[in-house]
Amino acid sequence: MASEFTARNVHNAVVTRVLQGNGEAPHPLRRAAFDNAGLEEPLRRLINKVAAEPTRVTDDDIGAVKRSGLTEDQIFELVICAAIGQSSRLYETALSALDKVSASDPGEHAS
Amino acid sequence: MNMRLEVLNSGYGLATRVLFAFVRMVSGHATPDAARLVFYRPDFYGSRMKELTHHVMRGASSWSVADRELMAAYVSTVNQSAFCIGAHTATASLAYKDPAAVAAVLSDIESAPIDEKLRATLRMLGKLEREHSVAESDMRALLEMGVSKRQIEDALAVCFAFDVTNRLADAFGFELLSSEGFAAGAKVLLSRGYR
Repeated sequence: MASEFTARNVHNAVVTRVLQGNGEAPHPLRRAAFDNAGLEEPLRRLINKVAAEPTRVTDDDIGAVKRSGLTEDQIFELVICAAIGQSSRLYETALSALDKVSASDPGEHAS
Repeated sequence: MNMRLEVLNSGYGLATRVLFAFVRMVSGHATPDAARLVFYRPDFYGSRMKELTHHVMRGASSWSVADRELMAAYVSTVNQSAFCIGAHTATASLAYKDPAAVAAVLSDIESAPIDEKLRATLRMLGKLEREHSVAESDMRALLEMGVSKRQIEDALAVCFAFDVTNRLADAFGFELLSSEGFAAGAKVLLSRGYR
């Protein structure tokens, strides 16, 4: 049932597309933004804010990344990867807790 | 006010610009930034994310559309994401036809006059957003009070969709709408969904 249209499957499709599909930013950089790990300034600061405190992103955070040589299309992709990465970690953490509990409940069947 | 990437303000093809102009002509309002974002290079993000969001917000679920819009508003409130708070408070208020109840939930989840299963589910989503984790005991407690596994999965999918959107709204700098603008957007989201 791998192709079943469930939120978990659509989520996987979103993640696979932004990390592995065509784009302007190199694949390893997209992966690093998704993981919020292994980045250098000034990109590190922008991506970490998207993951940890997005309401604090400023014009200058994005301006500094532009001045470092990345294009707007690359920044578009990397910010999206960072957002999906952090949100996916929350989603998967919660699903994992749910799956562990419901797997031990005889009233529930794994789907 | 413009979004922080110029491509998101003016980088659209002719067909999309015509669509934005048509929206303005018919509704009297500019296309909100949340909608503009998913039209920019839609093959990268927007197309699949619209499918996901429409599926979780309007697809089959034992949570009502109003309940799911309330979850979106609640997650956005915990994240202090202003655009999404405005959009989904308006949409939940219209869906329940009860703005006072929605306002009560968003100001104090514990005292608000709502169903206990919905309250407990919102509380779990709030914990996930604030603490970045939830325990197996949190999930067991929900199941024991009669929230089904499927209902928890559905709520977590709503939370994912709006957690992503909150981050992008704040990073790219979505322009806030007037209350009339959010109300007009709410009507569109209830009549057409997210596709």
